[in-house]
Amino acid sequence: MYKIKSLDDLKQIRGEVQSKNSLKRNGENTEQVVQIKVGMATCGIASGAKEIMKFLLEECEHQAIDAQIKQTGCLGYCYAEPMVEVQLTDAEPIVFGYVDKKRASEIIEKYIMQGEQIGGEISISFKTIND
Amino acid sequence: MRIALRNCGLIDPEKIEEYIAEDGYFALGKCLTEFTREETIKEIKDSGLRGRGGGGFPTGLKWEITKNVEAGQKYVVCNADEGDPGAFMDRSILEGDPHSVIEAMAICGYCIGADTGLVYIRAEYPLAIERLKIAIKQAREFGLLGEGILGTNFNFDIELRYGAGAFVCGEETALIHSMEGLRGEPTVKPPFPSVSGYMGKPTNVNNVETFASVPVIINKGANWFNKIGTEKSKGTKVFALAGKINKVGLVEVPMGTTLREVIYDIGGGIVNGKEFKSVQTGGPSGGCLTKDFLDTPIDYDNLIAAGSMMGSGGMIVLDEDDCMVSIAKFYLEFTLEESCGKCTPCRIGNKRLFEILTKITEGNGVLEDIERLRVLSNVIKDTSLCGLGQSSPNPVLSTINNFEEEYRAHVVDGKCPAGQCKSLLRYDIVEDLCTGCTLCFRNCPVGAITGERREPHLIDQSLCIKCGVCFEKCKFNAITLI
Ligand SMILES: Cc1cc2nc3c(=O)[nH]c(=O)nc-3n(C[C@H](O)[C@H](O)[C@H](O)COP(=O)(O)O)c2cc1C
Ligand code: SF4
Ligand code: SF4
Repeated sequence: MYKIKSLDDLKQIRGEVQSKNSLKRNGENTEQVVQIKVGMATCGIASGAKEIMKFLLEECEHQAIDAQIKQTGCLGYCYAEPMVEVQLTDAEPIVFGYVDKKRASEIIEKYIMQGEQIGGEISISFKTIND
Repeated sequence: MRIALRNCGLIDPEKIEEYIAEDGYFALGKCLTEFTREETIKEIKDSGLRGRGGGGFPTGLKWEITKNVEAGQKYVVCNADEGDPGAFMDRSILEGDPHSVIEAMAICGYCIGADTGLVYIRAEYPLAIERLKIAIKQAREFGLLGEGILGTNFNFDIELRYGAGAFVCGEETALIHSMEGLRGEPTVKPPFPSVSGYMGKPTNVNNVETFASVPVIINKGANWFNKIGTEKSKGTKVFALAGKINKVGLVEVPMGTTLREVIYDIGGGIVNGKEFKSVQTGGPSGGCLTKDFLDTPIDYDNLIAAGSMMGSGGMIVLDEDDCMVSIAKFYLEFTLEESCGKCTPCRIGNKRLFEILTKITEGNGVLEDIERLRVLSNVIKDTSLCGLGQSSPNPVLSTINNFEEEYRAHVVDGKCPAGQCKSLLRYDIVEDLCTGCTLCFRNCPVGAITGERREPHLIDQSLCIKCGVCFEKCKFNAITLI
């Protein structure tokens, strides 16, 4: 890590991270990279997100899925926690709510490994600052 | 529409790189390299941003006032006390996107001429504190906090201060005293913190959500921001939806969205398809609105005109089973607990209000009590020192104004229409329907029911604790609830 000493340095870092992320998304880095986000704010953790995070990490390792699993904050759909967002290489991200271990293994085995729709997604419908 | 929550749930809050990838710290960069302090302040002023901590004071104007006070040392303070029961938007922002607040505090520091920022956060938010600490550490490592930020001569750093979780410490003067190690009691304004705040130095206090909106305004421009919202309330507001609503959670909507859209379209309506009765906004300082206000566009001024207020954005939905007198009592109990006790109207007046409300819910109220509540409420409003006392009777006044018939039902007819006030309930056995099966007799926990087998039973009202067991158990609907 190096110090950012100017606006140009900042731009460079932004560029690097963005291209790294988009490479991952386009799957150019590896065979198939799955991006998984687990909502880990107080609401998520209170509903058991930590355990789900651990389970996903272990299962993906176990099944040899090359997944990038990361924690995020709260999407605001606290009623449906724990929530897990999955983005497959060539698909729109899907957000699953009420994820327990059973549901998590369904997500891995059916949706991630076989691309099968398993339903029960939460429709995320807010405008962003870029819309 | 997400502005303050733009990154929450999308980026990893513990990685500064992810924030940078979403244009993070570019607003700070823009201000430091392209804008003068005056130009930055003008941008915030033009955006129409108003404080999200409750008061709704224009943010740009506050920055300008603090900037114009001459002093060697000034401070930027972020108010993360979030004491309203039911509110958790500030916590979510700090847990999901701490860098947005750090960046905005630095921008504010640049504008007003401060090199030190302080975040006052309640110790009950361990995860938010943890993420903030990580974020501050990373920002320092990247050189985005510290000396000579982005190669300029601007220095800025941030420290945390912990609160013990007292509602009154969210009031800015009490907050400052608490940070100074004094008792968390409010003092008279003026002097405002902008003139004399922390350690007697000019101090700019803003709320978490206010700060979180700032980088977007700088990046997108004041004219982008001020097209969102209503004439006098620009941008978006985050609400914490709770109570009898299907989709409990956080929503961020443009100012001017109606309550109906928030509650039904976004919140999914009332639990179990029950009838909407009221929505409480503004927490202990706010009020309860009726269904007549469902189509009122939400902004600072409309809510005040409706007898409530924006507050920090708590929104608690009530249905037909909620008793409005009990709701008022609930908030009063909170205020009573949280009043710092410094001034008499708040300390003693609220206690008396609470006693009258208790008397009404226990079935001992008289018609005059309603007027007594009104008069006393207005005295407390007019004579309390700080915002806590000045707004504490709002839940009482708004429920009386909007639901007076419910108060009357308690004191005149001795009934609680929502069936919540136990003292006003009465269980009776209808002789004609009672088969004398003895089921209620065997289940009553206090032995209030007597009667021979196959003979009608009887409830001794002086023993009955209104638990409702007999009502649920009876197979012949022989027990009535009046
Ligand atoms: C009793 C009381 C409690 C308050 N609690 C909070 C709070 O929890 N968070 C907050 O940001 N402002 C709170 N405020 C408002 C602050 O005094 C202050 O106006 C605000 O932090 C200014 O920031 P803003 O202009 O960005 O809203 C409270 C005010 C009162 C009277
Ligand atoms: S109004 Fe209440 S909380 Fe405020 S200073 Fe007076 S006693 Fe304390
Ligand atoms: S309501 Fe409860 S206490 Fe009263 S008579 Fe019925 S069972 Fe007994």
